[in-house]
Amino acid sequence: MIETKSLCKRYGSFTAVDDLSFTIEAGQVLGFLGPNGAGKTTTMRMLTGFLTPTSGNALINGIDVAENSVAVRKQIGYLPEGAPSYGEMTVQQFLAFVARARLIKSREVAGSVAKAVEKLNLSTVLQQPIETLSKGFKRRVGLAQAIIHDPQILILDEPTDGLDPNQKHEVRHLIQDMAHDKIIVISTHILEEVEAVCNRVMIISDGKLLADDSPHGLIARSRYHNTVSMIVAGAEKVASALSELPEVARAELRDGELTLFPAGEGGLFEAVTAAISEHQWEVSALRLEAGRLDEVFRSITCAEATS
Amino acid sequence: MSGTGMHGTSNILRRELTGYFATPVAYVFLVIFLVMTGIFTFYLGSFYERGFADLEPFFRFHPWLYLFLVPAISMRLWAEERRSGTIELLFTLPLTTVDAVLGKFLAAWLFIGLALVLTTPMWITVNYLGSPDNGAILAGYIGSWLMAGGFLAIGSCMSALTRNQVVAFILGVVVSFLFLLSGLPMVMNLFNGWAPQVLLDGIAGLSFFRHFADISKGVIDLRDLVYFALVIGFWLFANVLILEIKKAE
Repeated sequence: MIETKSLCKRYGSFTAVDDLSFTIEAGQVLGFLGPNGAGKTTTMRMLTGFLTPTSGNALINGIDVAENSVAVRKQIGYLPEGAPSYGEMTVQQFLAFVARARLIKSREVAGSVAKAVEKLNLSTVLQQPIETLSKGFKRRVGLAQAIIHDPQILILDEPTDGLDPNQKHEVRHLIQDMAHDKIIVISTHILEEVEAVCNRVMIISDGKLLADDSPHGLIARSRYHNTVSMIVAGAEKVASALSELPEVARAELRDGELTLFPAGEGGLFEAVTAAISEHQWEVSALRLEAGRLDEVFRSITCAEATS
Repeated sequence: MSGTGMHGTSNILRRELTGYFATPVAYVFLVIFLVMTGIFTFYLGSFYERGFADLEPFFRFHPWLYLFLVPAISMRLWAEERRSGTIELLFTLPLTTVDAVLGKFLAAWLFIGLALVLTTPMWITVNYLGSPDNGAILAGYIGSWLMAGGFLAIGSCMSALTRNQVVAFILGVVVSFLFLLSGLPMVMNLFNGWAPQVLLDGIAGLSFFRHFADISKGVIDLRDLVYFALVIGFWLFANVLILEIKKAE
């Protein structure tokens, strides 16, 4: 379990993390969302013992990170921002070094390295110096070192940055596979990633916690939640006709796409489809929207910035 | 500051040594060290012309050699970790700052020890030409290695202050230079006449030269050993403190 109590980090007059309190239980995959410079990395650094909080506490399985940093570090796997590694070492040497540093027994080091290499498809580059590898491989080496000791708690700072779409898919798969009995915290600014792997989202901006919800809950906050969008011939006429329906609060026409906002709970889609078949409109696309996470993200973080 | 102790230190030591030999740095250093000791001994030290079968001209220039070559080794110890961001990886592994500082220091010290071992042809030559006091030569080697440890501890500490290796090198040379010279007239003249004798003795006693000179003559005095141990201990302790205070900057 991860628990923070009024966690703060200040640099002079600048407050990087401002009074963060939250609890993360086993089985949760938490996505840390926020604009650049929001305090995501600083928070992760305090959870992993790299930074000492200015005030407040971070507890990992009941142990205070600032008080017994080494004991805490034993339980965590960590991918720091930018996936740093020792460039002159080969992948094999580097992973063996981390495995030994992670207190894996000498005779089990080779096995642990092999397992991590297999999980991240690194076998083709095992004997290459890390500095000669592509960005995607370097990131995967960073992920391999984070999971090499099969930690209870995984903290990953932008795990899929620099990966191509296929590699992103594989890494998300890997995270989902490990998720059920662990705590996984990932920071990202890729919103689709949150929807794909996380079961909890925290949005922070300027060091403050602005939202703490499930991905579904966040999406439901969207103004597009349960709207119906369609592409139709003679859209303006259709818009004015549909605006008359009691289920429709408002119709918006943008870039040739007509979006209808619901007036009450449900029934909008059914009402619209009924109207379409009645009037014989030429509809080329029609969909019910769950919501748009990017729009929720913008409205939460920008509202904060302007207020 | 207790941690994983020996295990953590030896793992870091092993990684560092692997790192030295994975790049040209180690080979370039060894070649330059051997060429420079050769030049100093035979040209500046007049090894043949003196007509004595000993290694005094070889050891005499070691302080000057170390002044520039040891900071060249130590400058990357911490500055490179900061620049590449691996310091964050290192200090989120379950090991203490003390483990890491000791591991890196010992690796670099062993490496310089290797450079010294590679000068044994010098020792063979002098044994071929005459019959030197081999005990004195061994003492000279031990003294030289201890002094290298002193330079290295200073350089390691300076490297922890910055993410720029050039800055680390220059700081290392300057602080080492002050330590080296503290017993020489050009520094002592600054204090002569006004400073109390106790202070004068104290400053003169800090000099690498004085303590190395004793050992290189073949006299291993416990005080000289304690001196070098204290110098190394002091600077490594400062190194640990600096890292603890400004780890993430």
